[in-house]
Amino acid sequence: MKATSRTVDGVEIISLQGKITIGAGDSQLREVISNAVNNGKNKILLDMSQVTTIDSSGIGELVGSYTTVTNRGGKLKLLHLPAKLNELLHVTQLITVFEVHENEQEAVSSF
Amino acid sequence: MERGDSERIEITISSRFENIELVQVIAEHLCENAGVDEDGSHWIGMAVREAVANAIKHGNKLDVKKKVHAQFDLHGLELVIRICDEGEGFDPSKVSDPLNPQNLMKTSGRGIFYMRTFMDEVHYTFEPGGGTSLVMTKNLAKGTGIASSNG
Repeated sequence: MKATSRTVDGVEIISLQGKITIGAGDSQLREVISNAVNNGKNKILLDMSQVTTIDSSGIGELVGSYTTVTNRGGKLKLLHLPAKLNELLHVTQLITVFEVHENEQEAVSSF
Repeated sequence: MERGDSERIEITISSRFENIELVQVIAEHLCENAGVDEDGSHWIGMAVREAVANAIKHGNKLDVKKKVHAQFDLHGLELVIRICDEGEGFDPSKVSDPLNPQNLMKTSGRGIFYMRTFMDEVHYTFEPGGGTSLVMTKNLAKGTGIASSNG
């Protein structure tokens, strides 16, 4: 998994690319979020459009990331969910937890 | 491959996460060759991914000397997948329901749920000499999207 970050109007937009699966991306996601939070970022928007594969471990890390940011008083939201990831969040009812956006500017404005 | 044919594919891997995709790809190709569409093949492949990941992590506890055996049997339109590890076994009934609101924010415990969502039947058996066998079945004629019943 690769992650690239940029800041727009105080919102840290982190674009994730590749696999978020057990042993290949799940721990990297944890590290990316941890680093962002430790650097004082508390408005985080994860752009998921380039995520090619995710499994239950990756889903678990998304949940853990949400908890990490929320516990620090911040907000974590999702942008551009691929269809299959969207379905995985729906069947586990996690779609009720995450705020999901399809438009970057609207997402940034929502923080 | 024509529908109605029988096919058996077997593969044995060492307990490394990077081998999971090998087994997943076999499952997806087998499904596609049987006429299953891309999405349906993907979900079955994901069930296999979760099963193999559990076998490596919870069954064999990442011991690379221990193997995971995968067997795919396609009889007409019925796909039977068996994933066996060489570990000490575990009780799947102790895995909490991820849909329970109390468990919603847990970071683990969704693998078996996804298997049951994507496949028609999921059964565990425990071998007398150790090891867990997971058998998953899917009737490819019933459609292969996300199941409406999560069993």
